[in-house]
Amino acid sequence: MSEALKARIAGVFNEPGCDTNIAKDTKDRKKGCSKPLTPGAAAGGCAFDGAKIALQPLTDVVHLVHGPLACEGNGWDNRHASSSGSKLYRTGFTTDMTEMDIVMGNGEKRLYRAIKEAIARYNPPAVFVYATCVPAVIGDDIEAVCKHATAKLGTPCIPINAPGFAGSKNLGNKLAGEALLDYVIGTIEPEIVTDTDINILGEYNLSGELWQILPLFDKLGIRVQSCVTGDAKFRQVASSHRVRLNMMVCSTALINVARKMQQKYGIPYFEGSFYGISDTSDALRMIAGMLVERGADASLIARTDVLIAAEEARAWARIETYRAALKGKRVLLYTGGVKSWSIVAALQEIGMEIVSTSVRKSTDNDKDKIKALMGGDAHMVDAIPPREMYASLMRGEADIMLSGGRTQFTALKAKTPWLDINQERHTAYAGYDGMVELVSELHRAIVNPVWQEVRRPAPWDVNVPGALIESAC
Amino acid sequence: MAEIIHSHKSLSTNPLKASTPLGASLAYLGVAGSVPLLHGSQGCTSFALVLTVRHTKEAIPMQTTAIDEIATIMGGSENLEEALINLTKRMKPKFIGVATTALMETRGEDIVGDLKLILERRAELRDVRVVLAKTPDFAGALEDGWSKAVSAIIDGIVEQPGSAVPLHQHINILPGVHQTAGDIEWMVETTESFGLTPVVLPDVSGSLDGTVPDHYIPTTFGGTTVEAITNMGRALHTVAIGEHMRAPAELLAERTGVASTVLPSLTGLGPSDDFVALLTKVSGRAAPARLRRQRSQLVDAMLDGHFYFGGKRIAIAADPDLLTGLAGFFTSMGADVVTAIASTANSPLLAAVPTARVVVGDLQDLEDSAAATQADLLVTHSHGRQASERLDIPLLRVGFPIFDRLGAMHRCTVGYRGTRNLIFEVANIVLSGLHEHAPEDFSHALPIVEETRHAGATTATC
Repeated sequence: MSEALKARIAGVFNEPGCDTNIAKDTKDRKKGCSKPLTPGAAAGGCAFDGAKIALQPLTDVVHLVHGPLACEGNGWDNRHASSSGSKLYRTGFTTDMTEMDIVMGNGEKRLYRAIKEAIARYNPPAVFVYATCVPAVIGDDIEAVCKHATAKLGTPCIPINAPGFAGSKNLGNKLAGEALLDYVIGTIEPEIVTDTDINILGEYNLSGELWQILPLFDKLGIRVQSCVTGDAKFRQVASSHRVRLNMMVCSTALINVARKMQQKYGIPYFEGSFYGISDTSDALRMIAGMLVERGADASLIARTDVLIAAEEARAWARIETYRAALKGKRVLLYTGGVKSWSIVAALQEIGMEIVSTSVRKSTDNDKDKIKALMGGDAHMVDAIPPREMYASLMRGEADIMLSGGRTQFTALKAKTPWLDINQERHTAYAGYDGMVELVSELHRAIVNPVWQEVRRPAPWDVNVPGALIESAC
Repeated sequence: MAEIIHSHKSLSTNPLKASTPLGASLAYLGVAGSVPLLHGSQGCTSFALVLTVRHTKEAIPMQTTAIDEIATIMGGSENLEEALINLTKRMKPKFIGVATTALMETRGEDIVGDLKLILERRAELRDVRVVLAKTPDFAGALEDGWSKAVSAIIDGIVEQPGSAVPLHQHINILPGVHQTAGDIEWMVETTESFGLTPVVLPDVSGSLDGTVPDHYIPTTFGGTTVEAITNMGRALHTVAIGEHMRAPAELLAERTGVASTVLPSLTGLGPSDDFVALLTKVSGRAAPARLRRQRSQLVDAMLDGHFYFGGKRIAIAADPDLLTGLAGFFTSMGADVVTAIASTANSPLLAAVPTARVVVGDLQDLEDSAAATQADLLVTHSHGRQASERLDIPLLRVGFPIFDRLGAMHRCTVGYRGTRNLIFEVANIVLSGLHEHAPEDFSHALPIVEETRHAGATTATC
């Protein structure tokens, strides 16, 4: 690993905006926050994966992966980050390095030619070039190639130096953020600046969730300059440094971007969530308050309160229709992808019981919130081994599990209703409408008669002959 | 004879390939009580795992040696050892298939030697069979990985028959990577109908066929047992499907003396007949009535279906053996293969694909060429969906991965029954695209002008 990359990782780990990091002593802080992986018992993506996830929703640029096939070939076009325009981000670009490239040291040349070919055909506003393990091991300098290509070809080429072995997906998110700070944000001046401009950081517009939120801002006259990165255009992100406020949605992912934008451009930030009704309201109130503090018209606060009251009433009225069916139903919440506490609050509001919730990717702050909501930490779990999860579901300890795709089959094989709340899902759950949608999906999953059907005993497991056959005789 | 065109592009756009270690993992998943272990960074496993889950809709046991920065510098042997010990303790597998990745092969360690030492040293691993295939991502694709893994299994587990009693009813079947659980079920049923006992390696019809076990199993559930593999040297004959299975079949023959036959494909009447003829010969029995009936159904389907194939312009992008088989099938039904894209050049049969040229390329090549050759049907895996949408040409999903349709593992496209199904599937795509004709469909046609006068009407003039 190059010294530059090592320094950058050390920098990312030493994040003053991170509560966990601040709580550490100097020695621990120096160690960084990557947990050592256990060979043979590890799950989850690598740093490259994390970088790609964070930046892929930049829809109009070429995302070019420099490496052998698997890094892009096994993973392209696999998420539902939606775009309102360009579909270029769904095209898989890779140098597909061959043995010859590696043995002969032709990686950099191949990369340069690939950049050139991509620009010639697609004329994108920028090319994002991702390093992977193999070129990092053989010493390909993607920063130098990008610099050269930018100068020679006139299209910004952005190096994303997050090879897989460098660490976890989360580290990759942050390294992607660093690349945006170094090469993208602030490179173009916005044409319009208003006193209600904001950015949303860490929202990927999965299944179109951003579009569940934007109408709320429209009604309030708040302008979202850029969503980093969800349905994002290169120029929007490049000119995102003149806003009044940054809202950070997926806190652990891009906190470095929020903090450094504050440092460099004086943009304050706060952490909020659009999952859950009260969280959405809190976020809107926070945004309105902070914008007014920074010079927006003071009437924004009152208008926001009116909107919140109307939207909350509308959402609760719609959710009420499901309350009877869902009240008292037990939920096993197992996710790292969305804010557990936010969902917990929402489900409790409609009378559901949270059997337990995972806090694998939650910060201490998140954990405190869950503790407060659920009374004590009895139900907080780190990781549940699949065997135990299966056994618990088989014992009927939950009426439904909410989790990501990895544990989907543990629930289904235990013949337990399951709802996808991670990135693979096709349904949008953000804002007031999204919460209604989530409750409606929960309801649909739980009341489906298929659960009775699949639990029917097989004919050979039933001792008494079927009534139908008997009566036929 | 097709001309083979090698791409000179530096940029691969919309990859057609799935990676070599992923192919190896799929093969390992066809062994009972198995855990595939990718020797590389955790992302190598994560991407392969997610794609396999999306294709099979099953929980997939696949592990990683989790190579980090330190192991990248110091070497991966310790990680390999730790991974083997950890997953043996945790998952209690009977079999671990190790597949190396580009990262470890680029470092160039003696992984084979390291593994040998680990297995000698660690008593905890005594009861688990561990094999290793060298499958860097930078060489080959899915078929190569699968083939290498099967060779590694044969190399590591099959015993020399020696003086052991030959199993006269046993026949080894080595399916290719694109044979689904449904395909294997047909092969097994057909083989059994000749009074033979098939030993399928790898047998994903036992492990990836989507069942609901009544207890939790962390490893594969079903598949070829290690014991069955041990005895493959005592079989009567080996049938391998696809050119990429020639190497494992030959290795098995060389080790054990069991004669083998490589059939390039099992899709189409001719290829199905070859399989049945072989079984007839090996078993010395006549084909059973049910199979004869199936053949007759296929012939009828060909008669009913050929109307919708004749002259249709087909664009195929696939791994070499799948491409070869499908191109032969479409051509035999009267269609023209106007575009043929192969993921790699690793098959001598590519030159025999019935088309003018085979391009070794990606799905961008498929899209460009299908547009230029005015194809009527795209034939490739699910990633062809974007090209299909942009070109407004229907897509027949074949191969791996198929992630946006259910039932990929149960789709049978081999033998009399599978070919019959495939004919209907293609014909139905064509049928659903048929429209009622209008004058615009014919270059000089003008409709007969509507009658404006009728008998008895008076007109102002004349």
